[in-house]
Amino acid sequence: MSRLIRGNAVSADDWTELDDATAVPSTAKVIVSLARWRAERETLAAATAIGVRVDNSADIQTLWPELRDLPLVALEFPKSGDGRAFSQARLLREHCGYQGEIRAIGDVQRDHLQAMQRCGFDAFVPRDDQDLDDCLRALHEFDLAYQRAARDDLPLVWRLRRQA
Amino acid sequence: MYRYDEYDQKLVDERVAQFRDQTRRFLAGQLGEDEFRALRLRNGLYIQRFAPMLRIAIPYGLLSAAQMRMLAHIARKYDKGYGHFTTRQNIQFNWPKLPEVPDLLADLATVQMHAIQTSGNCIRNITADHLAGVANDELVDPRPYCELTRQWSSFHPEFNWLPRKFKFAFSASLNDRAATRVHDIGVHLVKNDAGELGYTIYVGGGLGRMPMLGHKIREFLPEVDLFSYLEAILRIYNLQGRRDNIHRARIKVLVKALGPEKFIELVEAEWAQIKDSYLKLLPQDIERMKGRFDVPAYVDETAADDGSYTAKLAADSKFAAWAKRNLRAHVRPGYAAVFVSLKANGVAPGDVTDAQMDALADLAEQYSFSELRATHDQNLVLADVARKDMYALWQRLSELGLATPNIGLLTDLICCPGLDFCSLANAGSIGVAQDIFDRFEDFDYQHDIGEIKLKMSGCMNGCGHHTVGHIGILGVDKSGEEWYQVTLGGSAENDAALGDRTGPSFSRADIAPAIEKIIQVYLEQRDGAEESFLHTYRRVGMGPFKARLYAKVSAETEVAA
Repeated sequence: MSRLIRGNAVSADDWTELDDATAVPSTAKVIVSLARWRAERETLAAATAIGVRVDNSADIQTLWPELRDLPLVALEFPKSGDGRAFSQARLLREHCGYQGEIRAIGDVQRDHLQAMQRCGFDAFVPRDDQDLDDCLRALHEFDLAYQRAARDDLPLVWRLRRQA
Repeated sequence: MYRYDEYDQKLVDERVAQFRDQTRRFLAGQLGEDEFRALRLRNGLYIQRFAPMLRIAIPYGLLSAAQMRMLAHIARKYDKGYGHFTTRQNIQFNWPKLPEVPDLLADLATVQMHAIQTSGNCIRNITADHLAGVANDELVDPRPYCELTRQWSSFHPEFNWLPRKFKFAFSASLNDRAATRVHDIGVHLVKNDAGELGYTIYVGGGLGRMPMLGHKIREFLPEVDLFSYLEAILRIYNLQGRRDNIHRARIKVLVKALGPEKFIELVEAEWAQIKDSYLKLLPQDIERMKGRFDVPAYVDETAADDGSYTAKLAADSKFAAWAKRNLRAHVRPGYAAVFVSLKANGVAPGDVTDAQMDALADLAEQYSFSELRATHDQNLVLADVARKDMYALWQRLSELGLATPNIGLLTDLICCPGLDFCSLANAGSIGVAQDIFDRFEDFDYQHDIGEIKLKMSGCMNGCGHHTVGHIGILGVDKSGEEWYQVTLGGSAENDAALGDRTGPSFSRADIAPAIEKIIQVYLEQRDGAEESFLHTYRRVGMGPFKARLYAKVSAETEVAA
C-alpha cells in the first residue's frame, strides 16, 4: 500500500486508484475517473467506497450535483506549472461547501504543498521521488499569510491588523 | 514610503529561508533542474546568456534612500558594480552567482526589499504613476491601493501557477503615465457620479508578439470590492486561459477569443458569488494602509523658494536648459519633481553604477525626504525638491553624469538589455541606442524636435515597449544578422495606440539613419513647432515617411533588376 500525507501525518493510503480497465475489487475504497463513475455507477456500488478523479479542465460547479455525496474527490496536477486545480479546489470548498477529502494527485511536489493545503486540499499523494517527511515540513514553511483562501488556519495578516 | 510592519517583515524573511533551502537542495542534487527553475523564477532569478540575472521588485517604483544604498552594496558585492532599471520600475543585476543569491536576498530583506514574483507565470510587481502623490492632475494617491494589491497578490496560493505572467498597473490621474492600457489589468482610480471612490478596470492589454490594448470591462467598481473583483478575473483566467501554447497564454488572448462581452459575463458571474465574502475590504483597512505611508514634511512656499532658483535660471543657461527639460510641476507651491536622466551618452539606458546609487541616496536624503522613484521610462525621480535646493542638486547631478537635459526627448529612449545580455533577444539594442545618441547629440536639435518617445526591443517579447513608441524599433534575426523593424504612431498614454509598421526592416548600419529620415520628414511636415510628432503622424499618415525611408532601396532594386 502506498503512502500519502493526510491530516499532518504520513500514513498508508487506504484508497486504491484504478484506471478505467482494471476490475473493481469487491471490498475496497477506490478512486475512478469521472467517466467510469458515470458509466459504471451500479457496478461500482459493490465497492466499499468510491472516490472520483476529476480532470483539471472540468467545471466544478457544473459537476457538483454528481460530486456532492462522494467521500473523496481527486484533483489532478498533470504537470508542474499547470495550476488549474488550485482554483478547482477553492471552488469545491468555498462555492460548493464540499466537506469530503480533496486529494492532490499527479505532479505533486514538496514545494507546492502548502499552497495546495490553503486552497482546500487535505490529502496529498506526492510524486514518487519526494521525501514524505520533508513534505510534512513543507506544509508549515510559512506560518503567516496575507490572504485568506479555502482553509484559514494560518494567522492572516489582515485579521491580525484589524485586531491590533 | 510604505513601511513594513512585523508581518510584512516576517513573510519576506520566511521567503528568504524558503529560497535558501530550495537553492541548497538544488545544489545538493535533491531538486531537479525543472522544479528549481520554476521556484527560482518566482524569486526573480533567470539563468541568462552569461550568468544568472536577478530582478528585484521596486513596488510601484518607490525606493527609500536606505534601499538605494543597499542596491549600491549589492552592485558592489554580488555584481560588477552596476544595476539596470527596467521598464517595469524594477532593477536587474546581471552577474550574481547562484550560490550567493540567498545571501543577496537576505541583505535585501534587511531594507524591506525582495525579488518575490518578479518573474514566472504569476502576478508580477505592481507598477504605478511615477509622479503619484505629487502630480497636480491626480484624483488620489494610488500607492496605498497598489500596496494593498501587492500584499493580496504576494504568495497568493491560487494564482502562483497561471498560464502566463500577469502584470498590473495603477493610475489615478488625468494623464496616464503608467501605460495601464498595455497591462494584463489596468486599474484607474475614479469617482462616480455620486462622488464615491472606486476603480475602472481594463483587462487584456499587453505588448509582445500580439500587442493589444486592454478592454474596459468595468466602468465603476466600488472601492471596497477590489480584491473580490481581482480574484474573479484571475480565477476565470487561471481556469480558462490557454496553456497549450506559450505565445497564446496571456489573458489578452482569452479575452479576444471569448470576446470582451462573454469575458465580462464570466467575471461578473464569478464575482457575484464572492463579492460579499471575506474578500470585502473595510474602510479602515484602506485608511490603515494610507497611514503606513510617510507624508513629506513640506515647508511653505516662502521657505521652499528663496528666489535663488529664478535668479540662477537667468544666470546659468545650462541650468535653465536642464530645468526646462527635467523638472515637472509639483502639487505643492515652491517644489518640483526632478527627473534624474539615466540616458547619458555612452551609457546603456537605465544603467546606474554603485557610486551613482550611493550618491543618489545621499541626494534623496538631503533634498527629497529620503525617497526616490523609478519610472517606466527607465529614469529616476526625486519627487519633492524645494526650489531653493535646485541649483545645488543640479550641480551635483551634473558631476555624477545624471543631469542630461533630455527627459521626454529623442535620446530619452527606452530599450531592453538586448542581445548583449538577454538570452531571448534576436538583436542588440544598446548599440543602436548609442548610434542614435551620437546622431542626435545636439540638444538644441533635440529640443527643436520636441517631445517624442522612442522605444526599442531586441525581440518580439517587447520588453522595450516598441509597439507603443511614437517611434518603435524591433530587433529581428534574419539568417544570423541583426535587422530592425520600425513602427510609427504608437502611444501608451491616454491616446493609447499600437504603432504601424513602416515596411521592410533596416540593417544595423541603416537603422540610425532611418530614424534621422523619419525625424526630417516630421520637421518638414509639422504644422509649426507646436505640432507633436504623434499628432503630425496621425494627420499626414504613413505616406511621406514611407516615401523617404524606402526611396533609395527601391532605386537599388530597380538597378539590380
